Amino acid sequence: MTTKLVIGLDGHESGERVLDYGKRMAGLIKDCELLVVYVVEWSPYSFQTPEENAERHKRREEEISLAKARVVDPALAKLSEAGVKARGLVRHGHVADILNAIAKQENAEQIIVGRASSQGLVNRLFGSSTSTLVMSAHVPVTVIG
Amino acid sequence: MRNLFIALLVQIAAIAVAGTSFAQEAMTLDQQVNQAFAAATGPFVSFIFAPIPGTSFPWIVMWLVIAASIFTLYFGFVQFRFFGHAISLVKGDYSDPEDAGEVSHFQALATALSGTVGLGNIAGVAVAVGIGGPGATFWMILAGLLGMASKFTECTLGVKFRNEYDDGTVSGGPMYYISKGFKQLGIPGGKPLAILFSIFCIFGALGGGNMFQANQAHAQIAGIVGDYPGWITGIAFSVIVFAVIIGGMKSIARVTEKVVPFMGILYVAAAIIILLVNYDKIGWAFGQIFEGAFTGLGVAGGLVGALIQGFKRAAFSNEAGVGSAAIAHSAVRTKEPITEGVVSLLEPFIDTVVICTMTALVIIITGQLIVDPATGKYVLDGSMIATVGGTSGVALTSAAFGSAISWFPYVLAIAVVLFAFSTMISWSYYGLKAWTYLFGEGKTTELIFKLIFCVFVIIGAAASLGPVIDFSDAAIFAMAVVNIFALYFLMRLVKQEFHSYRERLASGEIKKFKG
Repeated sequence: MTTKLVIGLDGHESGERVLDYGKRMAGLIKDCELLVVYVVEWSPYSFQTPEENAERHKRREEEISLAKARVVDPALAKLSEAGVKARGLVRHGHVADILNAIAKQENAEQIIVGRASSQGLVNRLFGSSTSTLVMSAHVPVTVIG
Repeated sequence: MRNLFIALLVQIAAIAVAGTSFAQEAMTLDQQVNQAFAAATGPFVSFIFAPIPGTSFPWIVMWLVIAASIFTLYFGFVQFRFFGHAISLVKGDYSDPEDAGEVSHFQALATALSGTVGLGNIAGVAVAVGIGGPGATFWMILAGLLGMASKFTECTLGVKFRNEYDDGTVSGGPMYYISKGFKQLGIPGGKPLAILFSIFCIFGALGGGNMFQANQAHAQIAGIVGDYPGWITGIAFSVIVFAVIIGGMKSIARVTEKVVPFMGILYVAAAIIILLVNYDKIGWAFGQIFEGAFTGLGVAGGLVGALIQGFKRAAFSNEAGVGSAAIAHSAVRTKEPITEGVVSLLEPFIDTVVICTMTALVIIITGQLIVDPATGKYVLDGSMIATVGGTSGVALTSAAFGSAISWFPYVLAIAVVLFAFSTMISWSYYGLKAWTYLFGEGKTTELIFKLIFCVFVIIGAAASLGPVIDFSDAAIFAMAVVNIFALYFLMRLVKQEFHSYRERLASGEIKKFKG
């Protein structure tokens, strides 16, 4: 059976290291598929103007194609160059929830993410997506520094 | 046609500007202009607000209430039977995770609410209770409950018949469902009706959705900091509105859209605190509401007076049947138009049954209305009930809250200004959609309307508005005349949808994704 690993990318430079680690794991596991996921931070409970609502579908499509073009597709290209089997996904929602949900849905072995991309007060007060993920995930999480 | 319309709006603007405080030296001319405008629009205004012969009951209020009652019966009390389902939908229980990132039911509801929660809930209710007595609250709640069915009908149609463009944006609202729905049913006259609706909608947007809001916001600010020329507030507001709707400064709108719900919650919370502190009087207050509803408790016009005020203010506040909410709700990308209709029925509930009732209870419980101890009836001051501070409108609500929480009038003033602003942003969109329906979508066409809208903000804050505002209010209600007339024809389409949705819900074909 193929072992699946979820790779969470956020477009920051730590993504390179996350990807490298994923590649290495895939090499060690042999029959392995990487799921490269980019999550667009979004809440169904935010407040919007009528105009924003009317344009929402268009913006969503733009966000998805941008994330694909900038983050997911280059990552997939690198992985395929290295001969690693991989799929890309772009989703809207909260990072921790989405990565965990995908891992569950795909029966993935573990989730690999980078360390919190921003530091400071906000993270201290509200916690980063990474720490939320570590605390809530149903599968092991590897955090790359 | 566009140029003709713009010329007409310029004419209105010129008349209103002539009536502003910058032209004080020509007072007599102002009065003449105002009179001319009143004379020109007067018949229309009188027609809309005309009483039913032999009564003092405006027929337009009856029109809204009868429609709401018919929709309530036609859809089998949908507002009660699907209330729980509406909450599940808003919570996202039925939202497909694959659609994450699209407008959620919650967002559509919140956006539509920010367009309706405002002065109607604060000033309008005070007027209702001040004239109609506590009994008006009973009729207001009843009208709110019935209005839920009107919203359900119009918002379902809004989603069902909206236009989806290639670039992914959407446009919807009564003008689209009237023209497309009539065509589908093979009924002639859809297009002219839709055009008529759009014209009223533009006037309503520039008047009640803009000038009235700017004017009241200025009155609030002037009430706190002292009197100063209205055009200063007008220009400040206009610049902010310009930045949002033309400059694309979404951040301002986003801040407002976040602060407004917070203000709404704060308002209700303050009301609940006042009610809790006076918990021993709650039973008495409800007693007054029920007794007043059927006896009038000595208010001018008695029972009928209470009833008219209650119905009228509920209609003003929640806009059920007007068609404006259908424009706001049509942005939701749902596969089931009924779900949006079901969600929208929460709107009159929150707006009228919850928020308006809170305002009324606070005014009654804090003892703002003077009762004659000898007779137990209200003391009248002209046609109004005498109040402790001799206040009415926003000032009465402010005094009621202030008597319990001394600093609350300041919060209320900020809330009124923010509510006014968010109502303006919402109506700028409603007006724009009507405008683009008439003149076509396109950057230049849109820009023209947005610029006109900004100019009317200044006029609204500066002008002495009497006849112009009467006309704008009449235009909003005229929207309801066209909209409800069309809804009677189109409601069978909603019924078909509703029937199929209920069956699929019962059979389990429509499933919860969570919860």
